[in-house]
Amino acid sequence: MTSLNLEENFQSKIDTEIKIEPKDWMPDAYRKTLIRQISQHAHSEIVGMLPEGNWITRAPSLRRKLILLAKVQDEGGHGLYLYSAAETLGADRDELVQQLLTGKAKYSSIFNYPTLNWADIGAIGWLVDGAAIMNQVMLTRTSYGPYARAMVRICKEESFHQRQGYEIMMAMAGGSPEQKAMAQDALNRWWWPSLMMFGPRDSESAHSDQASKWKIKRKSNDELRQQFVDVTVPQAERIGLSVPDPDLKWNEARGHNDFGEIDWDEFWSVVKGNGPCNRQRLQARIKAYEDGAWVREAAMAHAEKKEQRKIEPEAAVKAA
Amino acid sequence: MKKEWPLWEVFIRSKSGLNHKHVGSLHATDAEMATENARDVYTRRNEGVSIWVVESKHITASDPDDSDPLFEPAKDKIYRHPTFYNVPDDVTHM
Repeated sequence: MTSLNLEENFQSKIDTEIKIEPKDWMPDAYRKTLIRQISQHAHSEIVGMLPEGNWITRAPSLRRKLILLAKVQDEGGHGLYLYSAAETLGADRDELVQQLLTGKAKYSSIFNYPTLNWADIGAIGWLVDGAAIMNQVMLTRTSYGPYARAMVRICKEESFHQRQGYEIMMAMAGGSPEQKAMAQDALNRWWWPSLMMFGPRDSESAHSDQASKWKIKRKSNDELRQQFVDVTVPQAERIGLSVPDPDLKWNEARGHNDFGEIDWDEFWSVVKGNGPCNRQRLQARIKAYEDGAWVREAAMAHAEKKEQRKIEPEAAVKAA
Repeated sequence: MKKEWPLWEVFIRSKSGLNHKHVGSLHATDAEMATENARDVYTRRNEGVSIWVVESKHITASDPDDSDPLFEPAKDKIYRHPTFYNVPDDVTHM
């Protein structure tokens, strides 16, 4: 087939909702876009373990500690599903990790905000995981098979993450006045960064057109953001908390909430590396990677030695 | 010395009576570690009762570009399906 035919054939599969699988022909740009998006998604899961990991030792009860441990372990697992999906496209795992550690690859900016107190753990589960779910539910129908399948697994697990977060917020909002104030404060601090998670406005978004033609993304940033606002506002009201946006108002004609403008200067500043925790997060990842190097090497050497012993048991005994 | 751990494909039997199904892949130094990692990565919620792991390099896959000639022989043999045959409606248990 000529390259033109290959490309037409590829697009017609996408148009008729046939998934693209690893060994199928695909345009280089499709492959590159997916590797970039999937690996950055994986990095976000891994870096996302840090703000919550910060509170595991200080969880207010054993129940909460078990839950938080399980949640953080899930995030690690999600990172692994995604790296393995990226590898089906020919990406090299170690290279992807290097891109994160050198700052060449981005991860979700939301994890560059600090977790100051326990209410933040509630707010993250409810809002940050809630926003991530909006995006990820859409991605269960993405055109690349392994990415879509990883998303199905992830979405099943994320649902617990969001519910446990909301439960924390509900407990605090229904507690003492101080506890309720903490819950409200956490909502105040996490609301806008959560809205920023959906990315730039559609009119400013660099990748949207091609990504929707290829059905990598099936909803625009603004559509997903609107959807998130509409489902989250009543959840806040239900537990007596108020969303920190004076412009928030139900618009009967649109059938949606109108809401205020995001501080885009803050958005770009955090993307460019100047958020409250960018340096700290990256340093933590680099430290983990470097401190773990000898373990990775020793495990490999041990496996090779065991294999060698299986092949020539006598020689290995002599050598020892 | 820098050497990446090899890649393994993971297959899980979700319950007795069902076949093992491919769920994804992971890196591990050997089969034992691959099995243990597969337990942690792919069965945190009772998704399995049995795990198979095989190093990815040992899997041979058919080439999608050849799928037409490869699968074509089955396409025109509709007489292999029970619906190809006319049997009177009042004949039961068939």
